[in-house]
Amino acid sequence: MGAATLFAQETEHHTQNKEQAEGIVDTKQEVDDYIQHHIKDSHDFSLFSYSNDAGERKHVGFPLPVIIWSSKGLTAFMSSAFHHNDNGEVIVERNGLRFAKIHSKIYELEQGATTVSFDEEHHATNAGKLIDFSITKSVVGILIIGLLMFIWFYALARQYKTKKIPTGFGRVLEPLVLYVRDEIARPNIGDKHYRKFTGYLLTVFFFIWLLNLAGLTPLGFNVTGQLAVTAALAIFTLIIYTASGNKDYWRHMLWMPGVPILVRPVLAIIEIAGAFLIKPFALLVRLFANITAGHIVVMSLIAVMFTLRQDLGVVGSSFISILLSILITLIELLVAFLQAYIFTMLSALFIGMAVAEHDHEHQHDQNGHDVSDAEDVRGDYI
Amino acid sequence: MYNLIGAGLIVIGAGIGLGQIGGKAMEGIARQPEATGKIQTAMIIVAALLEGLAFGALILGKN
Repeated sequence: MGAATLFAQETEHHTQNKEQAEGIVDTKQEVDDYIQHHIKDSHDFSLFSYSNDAGERKHVGFPLPVIIWSSKGLTAFMSSAFHHNDNGEVIVERNGLRFAKIHSKIYELEQGATTVSFDEEHHATNAGKLIDFSITKSVVGILIIGLLMFIWFYALARQYKTKKIPTGFGRVLEPLVLYVRDEIARPNIGDKHYRKFTGYLLTVFFFIWLLNLAGLTPLGFNVTGQLAVTAALAIFTLIIYTASGNKDYWRHMLWMPGVPILVRPVLAIIEIAGAFLIKPFALLVRLFANITAGHIVVMSLIAVMFTLRQDLGVVGSSFISILLSILITLIELLVAFLQAYIFTMLSALFIGMAVAEHDHEHQHDQNGHDVSDAEDVRGDYI
Repeated sequence: MYNLIGAGLIVIGAGIGLGQIGGKAMEGIARQPEATGKIQTAMIIVAALLEGLAFGALILGKN
């Protein structure tokens, strides 16, 4: 509920500010802008903001370092230099270069320019994008979760050296580790090879799950809802199953037995597209879209408080909004686990397909049917 | 406007598909309760593949 109150304050504030500034309230636009801003990565960690009695805007949060590779090499400064301005109005001068922040992206101004000018579509005309190595909000999230995982699992692993049963928080982690190993890795990869890949599957499972859960806290992380993060995870899986594919995997992909010769090249193209494009794409889009959609739904339901206030009154709209957002947050808790499970499960499945030992007792007849299968089936009836 | 209609169609299709998967899995579990675990796993995988397709279409259709 913390997220709800903070978000409520924020939107309330936005609305009031607009009222004071322009006399017109466009609540829907404000809500939309806020959600769009949240979905994107940002250069500072803003928890909430409010206006004090003097009407000044106060931001609560902390700045993050901006590290950029500009035309004059590496430049670093804190994002507080932009004073929370996101429209390119505040220009920061470092190393003789001028920088502006527009929609959470840092731009470098051309030589001699002192303000950013925009064309009709609100694209900057005299500023270029940079290579950005900044410690953004998502990077902070990844670092925190990585550190937590390292501490927890290092402690858990160390406990097994002295005793058989872990103590403390290890007792929470052990069943989860066993669950991933026995329910995901072993059945999908097979008894012979699963040990080699359990480490990766465990890492990816806990990484995604903990980051999904962090996304539901009021801190405002949306790490697994960033395409770059999910794409990187999918590429790891792609590399692992491509590198560990055995002879049979490649043979069944490129020149599959039991298929008419003329059909083989066509099928090979489909198989190659499946292995290198469709499988990783399915992994990355599913996680990204689920988490992003979840965040949008939660925030939209909280925003019902403002969008329906005129029709239902403060009490009615708040009641509906709180009820719906509690329900959807509970569903999101389930989705956070389910998406981590599905990503791990599909990774295990793909790896299992690549390392599956081809059973050489299964002979193919000239029509491509398994001879021994037919024997098995007949054996059942005798 | 058209992308909204498209999004609606995607959601209808995905809903029918998920209903089929869930319903058949329920039937399977009712017939063979001892296979519940296996059926659930297979159900979740197929549902995930379907969902990936639906989300892909939604994202491509959004722009």
